[in-house]
Amino acid sequence: MGEDKTIYTDHIISMLVLNHPGVLSKITSLITRRGFNIDSIAAGPTKEKDMFRLTIIVKGDDRSIEQIQKQLYKIIDTVKIMTIHPARKVEREIGLIKLKAPMGERNEVLQMVNVFKGQILDSSTSGFVVEITGSSEKVDSFINLFPANQIVEVARTGIVAMDRWEKNGV
Amino acid sequence: MKGARILVEALKKEGVDTLFCYNGGAVITIFDELLTHGKEIRLIQPRHEQGGTHAADGYARSTGKPGVVLVTSGPGATNTITGIATAYMDSVPLVVFTGQVSTAMIGTDAFQEADTVGITMPITKANFLVKNVEELAGTVKKAFHLAATGRPGPVVVDIPKDVQMDETEFEYPGIPDLPGYRPKDIGHPRQVKTLKHYIREARKPLVMSGGGVTSAGATELVNEFCDRYGIPVVTTLMGHGVAPRRDELNYGPIGMHGTLYGNYALQNCDLLMVFGARFSDRIMGDPKVFAEQAKIVHVDIDAAEIGKNVAVDLPIVGQITGLLEDLNREESYGEYSEWVEELRAYREDHQLEYERTDTLKPQYLIQLAQKYFPENTIVATDVGQNQMWVAQYFHFHHGRRLLTSGGLGTMGYGLPAAIGAAVGNPEAQVLAVAGDGGFQMNMQEMATVKQYGLKVKMLLLDNSYLGMVRQWQQLLFEKRYSGTHMGNNPDFCMLAKAMGIPAAKLEKLEDAEGMMKDFAESEGSMLLHAVVEGEENVVPMVPAGKPLDRVIRKM
Repeated sequence: MGEDKTIYTDHIISMLVLNHPGVLSKITSLITRRGFNIDSIAAGPTKEKDMFRLTIIVKGDDRSIEQIQKQLYKIIDTVKIMTIHPARKVEREIGLIKLKAPMGERNEVLQMVNVFKGQILDSSTSGFVVEITGSSEKVDSFINLFPANQIVEVARTGIVAMDRWEKNGV
Repeated sequence: MKGARILVEALKKEGVDTLFCYNGGAVITIFDELLTHGKEIRLIQPRHEQGGTHAADGYARSTGKPGVVLVTSGPGATNTITGIATAYMDSVPLVVFTGQVSTAMIGTDAFQEADTVGITMPITKANFLVKNVEELAGTVKKAFHLAATGRPGPVVVDIPKDVQMDETEFEYPGIPDLPGYRPKDIGHPRQVKTLKHYIREARKPLVMSGGGVTSAGATELVNEFCDRYGIPVVTTLMGHGVAPRRDELNYGPIGMHGTLYGNYALQNCDLLMVFGARFSDRIMGDPKVFAEQAKIVHVDIDAAEIGKNVAVDLPIVGQITGLLEDLNREESYGEYSEWVEELRAYREDHQLEYERTDTLKPQYLIQLAQKYFPENTIVATDVGQNQMWVAQYFHFHHGRRLLTSGGLGTMGYGLPAAIGAAVGNPEAQVLAVAGDGGFQMNMQEMATVKQYGLKVKMLLLDNSYLGMVRQWQQLLFEKRYSGTHMGNNPDFCMLAKAMGIPAAKLEKLEDAEGMMKDFAESEGSMLLHAVVEGEENVVPMVPAGKPLDRVIRKM
């Protein structure tokens, strides 16, 4: 038996779909049914009326990702699918992090928020709610700065992404 | 106009002549409207909604028109599921209307409520819940358009009770604009050119014709292509009916229970042109060595089929009809007589065969059926050994004549599908072939045959086993027959007679020929209950996942 050389990487699938009832569940159940796991999914309106854009992150090898895209195209409400090449993507994710910051330790936390160009959305005597915007890795690294018991809650949007304007020879 | 009436008017606009329907609380208004305004539509009421859905499927496969089903909410809808999934796997156009509880009650676990759209999502081409009466006509139009165009398939339209009662003006729209649905008509010209180049270069070209050819009505065009240029052809289970006039070009069924020569052709060709097939595991055996020596060209209407199960050298996405007309316009391609001679010689030495004894062999009965039934007979099979023997021993010379559940492998499909075929083709002979297992899954539909005076002949091959599973137990489990013996079968002839259908029991070899003749020639419907050899096996057999030349010829 040959060695399994299949490489599983994150793929960003960006879809334009008609905003009809049930379309989101059709898309997610199709991806699941074909044996894939969704790492992240973000949905929101777009400039076209009646349409919204989905940004889905799934892991898989190139061939199976191509297959999943073809299957997604078969959903009648799917208008367009683009894969976003990792080398030319711009991506953003927003993380909301509720952290404990008792008096006396607050400066350190505020410094870190500054370093990450984050914003304080709410503060109380017990702590802050911080917004961090950037790549997923950036949100990850901010969260990893603090011990688990300091973090009370995390909510993340999932990635939204687009191809760059200039394709820079990629 | 009331929603229920709008539905009836829309069906008439679509030219629906037959409705396979079963009444219930959530569709009672529609049935009422049908009584006054739907006189042009023939209502066929089965004994079970699964039977009705298979009947609509048989109607669709045999006529090429979409089969239309109407059932009530909840259990009415869930009973259609096997029928819808069967149609989905074999790309059969169905439009299934289901009643639903009132919009205000949806989500409250109301009486006879089921999430029909949720349940049917993975087994339909599209499905819709009609939320208000203004959307109804447009949704019906969309449903028929989607079911019958591109790669056909079942579409479900779920209509709540209040939507049936609400009123709006009726206006039937034209073909809807669906920005996410643009089936490709013509394959890319450059790829078609490459295909022609491949055919010219090939020394051993082969066509593998599948269900896409049947559903596009392109059977005759494939025959013409093969006959004119001397190119041999094999068929998948869904592709039966392709049969060039030059017999030396016809290598029949392939795959797990295909002929030795069909599989030989696949494994030895240098160019494999796959027309409208999806490379199922039952066809390929081991995908790594499938048609190893060949360049593979895959023509399909569905882009998602390209490269799904095997990598292909040349994909062409588009309608098969236009492509074949284009291919058939060429003066000539190449000279393949040596290859045809190789296949013909191989076939002569590797015929299908079974051991003749003094017992009743099912294969022999299929051969007799072929002999006494007219050439254009529609045969609906069940699933298992009976299905494979029909595929091997009954030769079809036209498309839409073999109705069989290829993808889902649904036991109990045969009789109701035959009913649908008889409804849609009143002039044709219709023969349902079943084993004793599958027959008992939908035998209540004999009452439907009687009710509508349909001409359905039922050939029951009774070996008192779930024969195909028993065969696997013999091969893989040392004959440990667990859950396959049908020890307590009913008296099938008495059952048929109880439902008003003439029946005869065939037990002896010497009676076979005479009884088959009478069976084929009798007026109206009839059951022939044949008690056949119990442990007969379907051979040749390529065990699942094995290369096509690793074949078992005798068991």
